[in-house]
Amino acid sequence: MLRRLLAAMLILASLAAPAVAVQPDEVLDDPVLEQRARDLSGQMRCMVCQNQPIDDSDAPLAKDLRVLIRERLVAGDSNQQVVDYLVSRYGEFVLLQPRLSAKTVALWSGPFLILLFGALVIWRQRRMTASTPVAEAETSLSADERKKLDAILKDAS
Amino acid sequence: MIPEIGQFALILAFATALYQFAVPLYGAWRGDQRLMAVAPPAAMLQVCLIALAFGCLTWSYITSDFSVENVFMNSHSDKPLIYKISGVWGNHEGSMVLWVLILAIFGSAVAMFGGNLPPSLKARVIAVQGSISVAFLLFILLTSNPFNRLDPAPIEGRGLNPILQDPALAIHPPMLYAGYVGLSIAFSFAVAALIEGKVDAAWARWVRPWTLAAWMFLTVGIALGSWWAYYELGWGGWWFWDPVENASFMPWLIAAALLHSAIVVEKRNALKVWTILLAILAFSLSLLGTFLVRSGVLTSVHSFAVDPARGVFVLGILCVFIGGALTLYAWRAPVIKSSGLFAPISREGALVVNNLILTASCAAVFIGTLYPLALEAVTGEKISVGPPYFNLTFGPLILPLLLLVPLGPLLSWKRADIWAATQRLWVAAAIAIVFAIAAAAWQSRGPWLAPVGVALGVWIVAGAVYELLSRSNLRKAGAAVAWARIKGMPGATWGMLLAHAGVGVMVIGIVAITAWKQEVVTVLKPGDAMQIGGRIVTFTGESPVTGPNYSAERGNFRITASSGATADVWSEKRVFKPSNQPTTEVGIQPYLDGDVYVVIGDRAGDTGRTVRAYFHPLVWMIWLGAALMFMGGLASIADRRYRVGAPKKSSAAAVQPAE
Repeated sequence: MLRRLLAAMLILASLAAPAVAVQPDEVLDDPVLEQRARDLSGQMRCMVCQNQPIDDSDAPLAKDLRVLIRERLVAGDSNQQVVDYLVSRYGEFVLLQPRLSAKTVALWSGPFLILLFGALVIWRQRRMTASTPVAEAETSLSADERKKLDAILKDAS
Repeated sequence: MIPEIGQFALILAFATALYQFAVPLYGAWRGDQRLMAVAPPAAMLQVCLIALAFGCLTWSYITSDFSVENVFMNSHSDKPLIYKISGVWGNHEGSMVLWVLILAIFGSAVAMFGGNLPPSLKARVIAVQGSISVAFLLFILLTSNPFNRLDPAPIEGRGLNPILQDPALAIHPPMLYAGYVGLSIAFSFAVAALIEGKVDAAWARWVRPWTLAAWMFLTVGIALGSWWAYYELGWGGWWFWDPVENASFMPWLIAAALLHSAIVVEKRNALKVWTILLAILAFSLSLLGTFLVRSGVLTSVHSFAVDPARGVFVLGILCVFIGGALTLYAWRAPVIKSSGLFAPISREGALVVNNLILTASCAAVFIGTLYPLALEAVTGEKISVGPPYFNLTFGPLILPLLLLVPLGPLLSWKRADIWAATQRLWVAAAIAIVFAIAAAAWQSRGPWLAPVGVALGVWIVAGAVYELLSRSNLRKAGAAVAWARIKGMPGATWGMLLAHAGVGVMVIGIVAITAWKQEVVTVLKPGDAMQIGGRIVTFTGESPVTGPNYSAERGNFRITASSGATADVWSEKRVFKPSNQPTTEVGIQPYLDGDVYVVIGDRAGDTGRTVRAYFHPLVWMIWLGAALMFMGGLASIADRRYRVGAPKKSSAAAVQPAE
């Protein structure tokens, strides 16, 4: 038990190191290329970290990837080519923005389908209530309860 | 001895919770007044017992009693007192004790202040609250006992993770828990109402202040966490769409929806079934958040529990409560009748749209957080869902809601004229456009969308100010009357205006920092300077520093504004005893147009240092926005009409009818 906890703490200690990321020696001279490199590295996951883009990770792997991205950009790759290259090497796990595919179609459409579904339900509900007239004053309160409620409401205002 | 008292108190609290759950529920079913009447004293006893246990644990921490395993693992005798105390909830076991303590406090608050609730409703609410205590106390006693002893007792403790040794992070968890757990009251009221088969205006009036309180705590808790990340993580990030952040954001969104729909139940006797569902969902998401954080299922920076046995137990609790409540809902919801009818274009209609959008936005966060887990469990494939996903789904979903914020309150109940309401807002729209142009002139670089975003924020703020002025009738009635009307405005109206304005202010801050952040990374020798955000940052040298439980290298910087005014800030690289874990303290100099943010890095060459400097424009507006939302909640909760049954000072006091 104790050993396991200690191991867990060690892992945590290595995780919690402050993020400092990009080092001066990595920065490209061309500001346009550098900006593209920054934008790209904000979209790539540092695969040994927890939910961190390589742009603000301290891990050696993240540094390697940042340098790799810059090398490809200097070599004249387009952003898309760099992304494709990284995916071919590290798999889709490296992308913080998953690509639209059969396995992510529910991920991308889900929230909007829920919005649509909700709107549909509301619309149907409205049509149903509109066709069944309900007396405005009808409530489930008994006369006694109504008196009590009135007293409470009067008390409040 | 003291830890054993704590342990014993926890066991007694468990027994009390069982009693508090079973007896009043049975009594309410049988209609037996005497059995129902045991609920309040049981709730009071439970809170006392858990407070005793919590006190014993705190005592063990303050006195650094390392014979208690939990203290040994998470404390150190050199730590400042405040972090000895915050160490109590800086770990899994202690944080669960705090969790049940807050749960019991909320339960006892219903017992104390629920005098004018119908007896059966009150008994049932307290009983449901008791059932949650039963589950979590059992969880603590079986899987996470904070009072385990070590023999022989170690001489020194292992210390608290230095990253947790921070004032904001010391109070961040209690605030967040108060928010999570506060929603249990809404849940208990919803379940009790389903059992009773009745929801009326008085019920909504009861639920709303509790939800407000929970929502306010969540707001503060999330804002504190965000603020902490901003100044501690070393580059000014304030929101990461990290699963643990999402876990607190989801209940916040649903609680916000619930706040709005409860108004419709109270005023118009409509949307009852939906409001019940929201109340159940809000607390379900709190439980889900607890599960995600506690089980370590998403190993992220925040997760400090890495024990699958616990995960399975919390999952069981989750299934019982969410499943049970939803089953009850499916069975009993048809009994509950709404009678208030309304046209689609009306205040009710606007609140329905608000609810729909907030729920769909919450769904985006939910799906994005859990999809990778589900996919991996089903197919074994690993994908990452990060900030770009949330920006592309949550962003477009929430946008129409932000646009509609100023419009909603201008619509009248039942049936409204949307064209007339829109026309009344032309001044706000004009102001928004002026600000957009000003923003474009101020920051010529950056995405073209940024000024539009600023306009959106200004539109919301201007809409709230316009609403205030029109309610005061300043133009027609003159200053004196207007002032009197403003003073007499009900708390709920103030709350709405402040909270809406807070949303607008926060939108401006978020847009500004996202679009116009500046960053320079370079090597500086003492005496060297760099330029950032229109100021000059000079590295004046470094000095060694020794703190109570750390040693540090401090870099000193002087920031010179264009006016010639200077400010000195420092940034430290700290190494903590006993773990040798490093942390970074950043130097921040706030200005009206944003923060200059300096971070010292590694040594470079003989005397040089890697230095990062950032300019974070208008970042203070994010925190101000959160503060305004909190104050809005406070104003709303102070509304007289929630103090139903409070002793009246004067029945003749003329107060405007509640809005």
